[in-house]
Parts: sequence; C-alpha cells; structure tokens
Amino acid sequence: MLDRKTSPGWSGPAIVAERLEKSFGDVRALRGVDLSVERGRVLAVLGPNGAGKTTAVRILTTLLTPDGGRALVEGRDVVRSAEAVRELIGLAGQSAAIVEELTGRENLEIMGRLYHLGNDQARARAAELLERFDLAEAADRPAKGYSGGMQRRLDLAASLVARPLVLFLDEPTTGLDPRSRIGMWDVIRELVSGGTTLLLTTQYLEEADELADEIVVIDHGQVIAAGTGQTLKNRIGGDVVEFVVVDRSRLDDARGAVGPLSDGEPTVDLDGARIGIRVGDRGSDALVQTVRALDAVGIQTEGLGIRRPSLDDVFLTLTGHGAEGSGDGSAPGGRRRRPRAAAAEGSGR
Amino acid sequence: MTATTSGSLVAVEVPPTPAGRRLRLGLLDMLNLTRRDVLVWARNPSFLVFAVIQPVMFVLLFRFVFGGAINVDVPGGYVNYLMPGIIAQSAAFASFGTAIALARQMQRGVIDRFRSMPMARSAVLLGRLTADTLRLVVTLLIILAVGYAVGFRFENGPVPAVLMVVLGVVFGVAICTVSAYVGLAIKDEESVGSFGLIWLFPLTFVSAAFVPVGSMPGWLQAFAKNQPVTTVIDEMRSLALGGPLGLHAWQSAAWLAGIFAVFVPLAVRAYRRV
Repeated sequence: MLDRKTSPGWSGPAIVAERLEKSFGDVRALRGVDLSVERGRVLAVLGPNGAGKTTAVRILTTLLTPDGGRALVEGRDVVRSAEAVRELIGLAGQSAAIVEELTGRENLEIMGRLYHLGNDQARARAAELLERFDLAEAADRPAKGYSGGMQRRLDLAASLVARPLVLFLDEPTTGLDPRSRIGMWDVIRELVSGGTTLLLTTQYLEEADELADEIVVIDHGQVIAAGTGQTLKNRIGGDVVEFVVVDRSRLDDARGAVGPLSDGEPTVDLDGARIGIRVGDRGSDALVQTVRALDAVGIQTEGLGIRRPSLDDVFLTLTGHGAEGSGDGSAPGGRRRRPRAAAAEGSGR
Repeated sequence: MTATTSGSLVAVEVPPTPAGRRLRLGLLDMLNLTRRDVLVWARNPSFLVFAVIQPVMFVLLFRFVFGGAINVDVPGGYVNYLMPGIIAQSAAFASFGTAIALARQMQRGVIDRFRSMPMARSAVLLGRLTADTLRLVVTLLIILAVGYAVGFRFENGPVPAVLMVVLGVVFGVAICTVSAYVGLAIKDEESVGSFGLIWLFPLTFVSAAFVPVGSMPGWLQAFAKNQPVTTVIDEMRSLALGGPLGLHAWQSAAWLAGIFAVFVPLAVRAYRRV
C-alpha cells in the first residue's frame, strides 16, 4: 500500500540494538537492552511506566544518545549516522504532536513541506492520508476541535507523511477511550499489512498480543522476557476464571470444587473472597465447568467471569512482583477485567 | 558506501549531506516554520490580545490617566516621552508568546517529532524568531498608529523615526531569545504562563519607560539608569525626538549584542538537549 523507500547496502534486521545503556543522574533507565526486529515485522515493547520503554524509543529515533551499547536502524548507526536514520523513520509519541490551531490538512501539508516533498506532493500526500485515516470530513477544521482519537490518528498520519521504512509508536493508545483504542488498532494493523516495520511500546499485554509478531517485556531497564504473544501467555498460564464466593465460610469448599479445573493452585484473595483459576486456552469450556462444579456443591457466586491475563499477571509470573508504577491497571477495551488485590498493591501511586 | 565494524554489528556508512544542499534545505525549513508560526499566531486570539490590545490599553492609560501627573521636559510633552517607552515595553512583553509557544510544542511532543526528522536543528528556533520579528513589526506599527491618534509626533525627521522602530524590533527579538530559552528550559506551558512574564515587570517598569529615572530613590536609580531597557529607550527617544545619540547608542548595542551572545547559544542548547 505504501511506496517503499529503499535502504541500500543493508540486508539485516530493520532494527538492532545491543546492550543499550542510559542513565539520568542516579536513575539507570536502560541497563543493557538488546532488541532486534526483522523487516516488515512488528515488535511490542511491553512494560509499566518507568520501565525504560520511552528511553529506548528516544535512543532509536536519535533523540537521545546512549551511554553505552549501540543501535542500528536499517543498518545506520543512530548516533554516528543520526541524519541518515532520520530520513528513514517515523515517530509518533505519547501525546498528539500536532498544532491545534491549524486544520488537519494544514498540519499534514506542513509536515510534507518539512520533509521537502514539494508543494504539490505535500498537498496530494496530505489528502491521501486524511482519506485513509478517516479524517477527510474534518480535514479543514482546526485540530483543536478533534476528539482524542482523531487527534491521535492525525498524529499517526503525520508520522507517515514521508513513507517511513521504520515506524516507532510510543504508547499509541494511552489515554484513549476503549472505542478509539480499538479503532487505532485497526489503523495500525492495516498499516503493518503494507509491510512497514513497526516498534511500538505499550503497557497492555492485550494490545501487544493483538498487534505484534513478537513481544519484549522490559522492567527496570532490562529485558525480562521475549517471545510471541502465545509463548508469553503460555508462561503466564493463559486466561483466568474469577468469581467471588457469597458465603465466605465456604471459601475452602469452593477452592476444593474448582481445584481440578485449574492449572496450578487457585489463587484466593481472602479480603475480597475472590477465587481465581488459571485455565490456559480452555476459555469458555472452563467457564461452564466452573459453574457446574460450584453448582454441584451448592456454592453461590457473584461476578463470575473470565478475563485475559494482564500486564500485572505477566509481572507477577516473571518477577514475582506486580507491574510497579503502571499508571492505571485497567486493560484495553475494559474487557473482562477485574481489579486484583495484587494489582492494587503493586501500583505505587 | 563502506562498512565499519564495532562489536558484532556492521553499520552502513552514509556520506554526510554536502554543505550547500544542507544550507538550502535549512533555509527552506526555516521559511516553512516561519509560515506555520505566523499562521498559528493569526489563528490564536489570545496572542492578539497580548500583542495588540494590551499595549493599546497601556498607551491610553498612561496618556490620559497617569500622564497628567508626570512632569517631563521633552518637546511635545508627555505623550512624546511615553511612546518610545511603550513601544519598547510592548516589544519585550510580546516575547511572552515565544516562550508559551515553545513550551507548548515541547510539552506536546512537536519538538521531539521535529528532532526525529531530517530537518536543520537550527530551523525551529530561527523560524520562530523570524515569525516573531514579523509579529513585532505589525504590533509596533499598530501601537504607533494609536500613538499618533492620541497626539504623538516624531520630531526628528523620517530616517531616525525608522531607525527608532528598527531598534524597537531588534530589542524585542533580543528579549524573544531570552524567552525562547525560558520556554525551552521550563518546558511546561502552565509554568511558563505563570512565570514567563514576571521577570519583565521590574525590567520594564523600573526603567525610563514611563517616568524619568531621576524621580526614583537613589538606590533604585543605579539599577534603572544602567539596565538595558533604559539605555534602549533613551536611544529610541533621542531618535524620535532629537537629542544626543552617541553614548546610548554604544550602550544599547553592547547590551543587545550581549543578550544575543548569551541567550542564543543557551536556547540552542536547550533545544538540542530537550
């Protein structure tokens, strides 16, 4: 869908980083991070706030110089050949980097001119992107009046003006409502189907799983796990069936009844009288079996449901602690998510 | 194109852009950003209030409310004394827009995006200052027109009159470089909104802008007489109304050169580091 630029003299991965290190004063933001993304693939960097995701993106997009290690984008060193890297990349950061006083069209046309496209081409490219990102109708209104989702789409469009080979999206859906978030996912999926190499950061396992070929989990500036969404979910134990036992005195009975259905011991939150069982990918079957098992011993429940594993589950499994500092613990789309005791303790607000 | 090895990664070497092409593209970037900044300014009513309505209110306030109580010894009376001062003060206050705009762009990630693009690093600041210069010219001409309506007259011929306006604009741009640094260093629109203007109050009011310095207590005179706003205003007054040019000209030139020499590198550094 996009005309590809070419990157002469390089046949390796689109992004490679080796032992990247960066400190800000006493804070070691990155402590030897390795990354590799093959051309045309999507890598999600998953981690809570303060894990080092943004620092890594800023180094790869030439905004920061690493203290140690090195990184190549399409074979170009991000420090020594920063200008050459800038020719090939697009960046959309955590906030919509657009000028609110200007219209959507003006924003994109100015980006085109700043990429030296020439007036006619800048105009044509802006019109094309507005159409594609469903902004054609609002194109000539000031961006101030756009919804959050529209502003982020405009921002994403702005990062694509020069048809980048490699795209960096830093938390592309943070702050969006569930509907806009799913809309953004569709846009990103369509984009990568055209062959753009994408590195995105996110705090949401579900988002990483939906969009990425591979996921790298980072915590305190280090990679703590890497693999496909499926392998990560398998390590965590997949979906979780949860329910609250109405009569607290029967918590143990309930645990006994559902025990055989769970991969590993069921988790019991004594304060909330909430039981959780890991059911792998058996999802709705496991849900039905849980209902039957509880019914058979006459236990009443509330809020019985199934939810996907969240970043908190990932961190609980991989590090033994929750996702510290993860801003809000809510999952994207707000689907099937219930706050857990562990999540509440872990989020150091 | 050659390859160099370091560690296990072999990077592609890219020859740097030739200087001529770099300069041409840099100028183009600067003009595009100037155009953008002017467009934003024209769309933003609050900038208009700062740049035009506020100075016009100052003209009317000092001309008709305070002016009668202030005794000055210049041809044409207080309104002639007032206008060079108002023009310099307005030029200084107009720099507030520079600080706010840069802080906002910093906060919103616009500057980050620019820095990730193949664009001259100096273009954002130079484009901003060019747009601000245009803005200053428009503002100062409007204030002059209002001044004429309430009795101000140039007494020293057309060439010094033009020079006075030019000096006002250059002074305004100098203060804009200070504001650019303030905006880029503070990086937060709200804080800039609260603090970005405060330092300008003592600088413009404890000066010869509205009252003769001789009416102030002695300890304050030492500051008021020697600070840049007073030297620039004294020079502007001499240009507008006739009077000795030499000493104030040198002092003004020294102050302005000093401000540019200190704050342009500071602003550039703040922009690079972010």
